[in-house]
Order: sequence, then structure tokens, then C-alpha cells
Amino acid sequence: MTLNAEDHSHLTPGPPWLEALRTEGRCHFAQLGLPTPRQEAWRFTNLAPLTQPRWQIAPPASAALNPGPLPSVVPADHPPSYRLVFVNGYWRPDLSSTSGMPNGMVLTGLAAALIDHADLIEAHLGRLARADTQALVALNTGLLASGALLVLPPGLMLERPVEVVMIGTGGESDPPLAWHPRLLVVAGAGSRATLIEHHLSQTHHQNCANLVTELFLGAGAQMRHYKTQRENPASFHLATTSGRLDRDASYEGFLLTTGGRLSRNEVRLVLDGPGATATLNGAYLVRGQQHCDTTTLIDHATPGGTSSQLFKGVLDDEAWAVFQGRVLVRPGAQRTDGQQLHRALLLSDRARIDAKPELEIHADDVKCGHGATVGDLDDDALFYLRARGIDRDAARSLLIAAFITETIARITDPVVAAAFESLADGWLTPG
Amino acid sequence: MTAVSDSMDQVKTITDQKYKYGFVTEIEAETAPKGLNEDVVRFISARKAEPEWLLEWRLQAYRHWLTMVEPTWAKLSYPPIDYQDAFYYSAPKTKAGPKSLDEVDPELLRTYEKLGIPLKEQELLAGVEPRIAVDAVFDSVSVATTFKAKLEEKGIIFCPISEAVAKHPDLVRRYLGSVVPYSDNFFATLNSAVFTDGSFVYIPKGVRCPMELSTYFRINAANTGQFERTLIIADDDSTVSYLEGCTAPKRDENQLHAAVVELVALDRAQIKYSTVQNWYPGDENGLGGIYNFVTKRGACRGVASKISWTQVETGSAITWKYPSCILQGDDSVGEFYSVAITNHHQQADTGTKMIHIGRNTRSTIVAKGISAGQAQSTYRGQVKILPKAVGARNHTQCDSLLIGDRCGAHTVPYIESRNRTARIEHEATTAKISEDQLFYCRQRGLSAEDAVSLIVNGFCKEVLKELPMEFAVEAQKLVGISLEGSVG
Repeated sequence: MTLNAEDHSHLTPGPPWLEALRTEGRCHFAQLGLPTPRQEAWRFTNLAPLTQPRWQIAPPASAALNPGPLPSVVPADHPPSYRLVFVNGYWRPDLSSTSGMPNGMVLTGLAAALIDHADLIEAHLGRLARADTQALVALNTGLLASGALLVLPPGLMLERPVEVVMIGTGGESDPPLAWHPRLLVVAGAGSRATLIEHHLSQTHHQNCANLVTELFLGAGAQMRHYKTQRENPASFHLATTSGRLDRDASYEGFLLTTGGRLSRNEVRLVLDGPGATATLNGAYLVRGQQHCDTTTLIDHATPGGTSSQLFKGVLDDEAWAVFQGRVLVRPGAQRTDGQQLHRALLLSDRARIDAKPELEIHADDVKCGHGATVGDLDDDALFYLRARGIDRDAARSLLIAAFITETIARITDPVVAAAFESLADGWLTPG
Repeated sequence: MTAVSDSMDQVKTITDQKYKYGFVTEIEAETAPKGLNEDVVRFISARKAEPEWLLEWRLQAYRHWLTMVEPTWAKLSYPPIDYQDAFYYSAPKTKAGPKSLDEVDPELLRTYEKLGIPLKEQELLAGVEPRIAVDAVFDSVSVATTFKAKLEEKGIIFCPISEAVAKHPDLVRRYLGSVVPYSDNFFATLNSAVFTDGSFVYIPKGVRCPMELSTYFRINAANTGQFERTLIIADDDSTVSYLEGCTAPKRDENQLHAAVVELVALDRAQIKYSTVQNWYPGDENGLGGIYNFVTKRGACRGVASKISWTQVETGSAITWKYPSCILQGDDSVGEFYSVAITNHHQQADTGTKMIHIGRNTRSTIVAKGISAGQAQSTYRGQVKILPKAVGARNHTQCDSLLIGDRCGAHTVPYIESRNRTARIEHEATTAKISEDQLFYCRQRGLSAEDAVSLIVNGFCKEVLKELPMEFAVEAQKLVGISLEGSVG
């Protein structure tokens, strides 16, 4: 069937408020429908393949498959991370490891958490992600069956990172499967943590993940949130992240995309307390017929906020990348500093890039700017390297690696930076 | 701080400043019936004694317009326009074909004098080499064209478009609608159906136009929207600079303006099109003002051709305007230099499109937006590199200056590249006039007013320097008048 919200037989009935939320989500989706390029926010990304009548909601039984080896950014000689593993969108407690968590910390499957943390979930779930205006959020809410809950009590400085691993798998004869997991993160005042997401495929089978993430950062909370998406080149990866930063909270995000036939990362961060800081960087490396969409909104709602974004992309073959970055400064959000830079490198004559950096400023005492560049490798730099005896291919690889490294180097966690660097290198030197 | 309280006074002074050109000339107008239908289109065409093909083209446009909806994507808000509640044609009563200025309604000439258009300049300044030719448009019909003889010598055609339809039908038929087709967009299609006048310029091969060509547009009779259509063709190896300036008398009702400007540059031809737009912006409460929906587009058809747009937009309640370049010819160049100043409740959504089709095409965009009061100013632009535009190059710089905490400045660029060898750079910044800058100037004895004028003119300098001399002076004054001292 086409990707829709009508089939919800896989859902386990939940408490009345959850049922109401799900019903509301399905109603909104029925009204909104899947986005089309006629909508401004989806101008360059066409979800038409998702309307083909063959998608199925992943049945719970499909989660029982063996997902193979599990990734981690943490080297063997480091203390292991706390890890939640999901297969086809369903939580696999047997593969997850959360032992040794500090008091008050919660890291578990969302469905399981409904028993002990219903009030907390009710107070947060669906409060940031907008089901009434965002169709994919509506679809995710309407079909909400699983996900992860991370709660950090106030003041907790978490030393070991949290890793969320989402693996897609399926048999060759199965129809393409879709899942709609939710990530809910509630970081108490003054807490600190590092969250790493891995999205990958075990097989070459086509899947569709429609992920929604909600992040609540309390006053002074510090969150480092890194994501790598390296699903197979047949799959769809749709991720909508909504975060709210309270006073003096800081968020550092990084999106590394190398996978997916069609992927979209839509990130909306509201700086909702004075002095909040949001850093959002990323790199995408795409080839073949991949389509990679990065859409960001930094919403400066209160004074004294700082945001900075640096995105870099490398496109080869017939790849098509989209970058839409919007910085909004609301009336009264004085002393805002909002910076953004997007740079794309086109390696092929058939690659395509569409960028739309946007500023919407309603306050005068602000420093906001954006830059965007598109181009090929610098001929002078290539010549310089070749004049020193480096062959053409090696010189090109060197320059591309240097281009991407600039953004990966901004990851403040050295372990993650090294891991992401090697993922990028892996893309540059395939096989 | 004293500077602040001084500035507040200045803001008030500026706020209370009345529109300088707010007067109405009493001239009997011959108007088409109110509203828009096929009969009105036929009426306009008949009044202009147009050939059958043009009437057909107008009707085709009108019928297409009926199927279209008004665009809503711009960051503008205004009450719905009732297109049936307006007059689409009004011509000042003049004897058929005035042979000289003496035959022109003296009332009309006095209006121009008030506006400072020196129509009689050539007579008064006998022996002085004429530098500007004026094709004055007064409520839709051109009433006098000067310097014609001088231009005719060179084979240059500069006349009202209705005259061109009669005298040069082949040229008009070949190029009219070739850059902005009648089906292009809601406002251009409306214009195609009901356009009344405008200028026609043809520069023959190898001719460098010896003077700046200039048209002053002016909206006069109440409730009459103006629908000019301007067509400029620069043949191979020719050069022309065209100036367009606008003022309008004060009105309380919103007036609709939907003009179309088409430019065609053939091999190695260069067209420079400069605009100073100072129409009535509405009062300090946002009442009245011109609604300005303009489609301006130039086609660089020939190799190494160049089209340069320069605009200073200070007027109109609503500005919807995107002067664009279609860079078809190899090595062709497109430029867009813009200053948009909005104050009080003005709204401007303006920018450009650079469509790179040919090889080694280059474009430059410099846009400066200044917002004060409760105004909203948006830069909206597109740079598109098509697959065959090998070696295409674009540089875009958008800067916004905010004055006051209730205004808005927005930047919405679209960058679309499908060619590996293309290089595109886009940069946008937003800032305010800092207290430090003001203090520095005032410390050296400048008044707050002069200081802001200096700073804002400095901010706009990159664009203003592109204007021809005649306009640069007026533009600098306009920038000063609009904003001097309005910083707190």
C-alpha cells in the first residue's frame, strides 16, 4: 500500500492520552497528505516514490531478525557506551545495554517506558514536533509504536556516550517496509550528555524510516548530538528533529549523511531562553542517484542567543543535494548572533545542487549572516599539488578530504570526530 | 545617551515628513468605463488604433488572465485587490498629435515643471549639447518626445510604444512578449491585456546611443492604475543607457501599477537600465500608497551581450519586483544593483533572477535593503545554472540594515546549479547602524541627521555608484530624505 496512516493494526493500545495523540496525528495526516514539490518547504525533494502502492508497515515479527554486527564509535579500550538497538524500528532489549546508568537517568524503549514514566512522556511527547503542520510528523505520531526515551536528571554529567543504533533489514521477497520510530530526549537543567545516532541497513533491501526526534534541553543543559546515516542506496530516510533550548542551554549537532536513495534531515531548533547556543554542522557525501536534503530552521525566540551552522557537501555522478537553511530572529530577540555557511563541491557534470539559505530578521540589534558557495575543486590548488608530483586522482582525493575535514573537525568530542572522519574517508576511497 | 534622544527627535521629524510630490493636476481625462472585461480591452485597443494582431494578443492575454490566481508567495500582506474597481484607461485630452511643446496642455507642462522635468531645456539652453532625451508619460499617454531629431540621425527609435506599433509594426510584433510572454505571470498577463503606454527603444547595429534615454512615469487621475509596457532592443554591437524615474501625487486610495519591461540585447550589445522609484508610499499609518507589481526581464540573446539593472526603490506601499537576466548568449553578462528603502508600513519584496544558459556567462548581484519603522524588506533572488552553462560564474552580496526594532529584513535566495564547472558565491549580512559609528561622526561635528545620511549612503555606495550621474544626485538625496537620523 502507499505510505499512509490508515493501517495501524500493528499498534498496541496505549493510555487514553496516547490514543488521542495517535488519532490526532492520523487526522492531520489525512488532511495534509504526503508533501509534494508544490509546497515551498519541499520544492526540491519529491516523495512521489512513497506514494507507490507497495509499502508496508514493518510487522513486529520483522524485528526479530538478526541484524549482524553492531556499530559503535567507541574504541574497544574505552568504557562502552550505553546503547539502544532498534531493528526495523522496534526496540531490541536483548541487543541493548544500559547497565550501570547513574541514578535518575532513563534510557529505554519508549513503549516499555510507558509503564514507569507515563506522566513524563505525556508531558513531553508531541509538544515540540508539530503534527498539525508537518505531514511526516503527523504520520509518525499517528503510527507511533516504538522509539527511545532518554531522560537526564538535573545536574547529571554523563561521561559515557549514549548510542542509538537503528538497523533496517528484510528478506529479498518482502515488500518494502516502513517504520516510524520516535526519539524523546529530556535533559534536565545543568545536565550534560553525548548522544550518537547510527542509521544503517543490513541488506540491500529498500526500506523507509520516518523518524521524529524531540529534544528538551533545560536551563544550562549541554547536549552533543551526532548522527550518521549510512543506509543502503535504495532506502528512504526521513528525519524530523525538533529541539527547544532553555536559558543558557547549548546544543551541538552534527549530521553525517552518506547513505539512502532519498534522505531528508529537517532540524528545527528553538532558542527559547536568553543566552542559548546552538551549533549545527554537517557533511554529506553522495553519489549515484542519491538525493540528500538538509533543511534547518534556527528560531531565535529570545535575546542573546548564538547560532552557527556549517554544512559541506560533495556530490558525484547524478547525485542531487538540497540545502535549505533558515535563521529566524523573532521580534525582541536582540543581541542575536546567527551565522550559517553552506558549501557544495560538484564532482560530476550530472550532479545537481539546490541551496536556499534564508534570513528572516525582526530585530535590529543582531549580527546575522549566511554564505553559500557552489563549485568544483580549485584549479590552482590542484595544480600546486600536481606540480609537487602528486598524481591527479590523489590530489583530488586530498582536496576533497580537506574540504570535508573542515566541518568534521568542529565536532568537539574527539572520539566521535575520529570515527566520523574515518566514515568520510571510507566514502572517498570505496572498496 | 544624548545621541539616542536626538535620534528619537529625528525619527519623529522624518516620520512627519510629508510626501514632497503630493499634488494633483486637474486635467479632464477620457476614461474607459470602470472595471475589466473584453469590451474594455477592445476599447483600449480601439483608442490606440491598434492593428488586429495586437488586439488578438491582448484578448488572448485577458482570457488567460481569467484562469490565473494572484500569487501569494511573496512576503507581502495587503487587502485583496478588486480588479473590477479600477479604471484601466485614461488619456489626457490633447489635440491629436501635438507638433510642438506649444500645443501641449499648459497645465500638463506646469506639472512637469513642478516635478522638475526640464522639457523646455533644449530651447532654453540653446547651443548646449543635449544630454537627456525625455519621453514623458503622463497618465498613460506620451505627450511629448524630445531630442527626436538627434536620435533619428543615428537611426535610433525612441518613441511611445503605441507609436511604435503604428510605425514599426514588424519590430514590435517580433519582440513584444518575446522576453515576458503574455502568459508569464498574473501581473504581466494583466499588463499584456490592458497596457496603455510605455516606451519603445531600438538601437541599430553598431550604434552607441549618444545620450541617456529617460522616461518619467507619473500616475495622475484618481483610481487609474498604470500599465506601461516598455520594450528595448539593442541590436548587434550597440549600447544604450535608459533611465526610469517615478513620482506620483498623494492619494489616499491604493493605486495599482503593473508594468512590464522587456529588454533584448543581441550580439555584443549592452543595455543599462536604471530606475529611481519614488512613488507615494502611503502615510505614516500605512494608509494609501502605490501597489507596484512589476515584471522586468532582459534577455542577453547575443554572444558577449550585457544587461545591467540598477534600481533605487524608496517609494510604493507594496513593491513586487524582480528585474531578471536570461543569459543565453555565450560570454554574456547580467548585473543587478539594488537599493530598497522601506519606512513606516512599506513592504518590499524585490530581487532578481539570473538564469545562466550560455557558456562562460557571468552575473553579479548586489542588493542593499534598509528597513525602518514597521517596514518589511525582503530580498528574493534566484541564481540558476543550467547544464550547458560551462564556466558560469555568479557573485551575490545581500546586505540588510535595520533601523528600529519593529521592522524586518529578510533574505531568500535560491541557488540552483547543474553544472560542475560553475562557481557561485552568495553572501548575506544583517546589521544595524551602531552607536559607535554615530558617536564617531557626531564627535567630529556632524549632526545626527548628517551622520546617518553619511552612513546609509556609504552602505549603499556600491549600488549608487552604478547610477548615471543624472540619477545619482537624486538618489543620494532620496536616501537621505528617507532615513536621515532615523537611528536610535
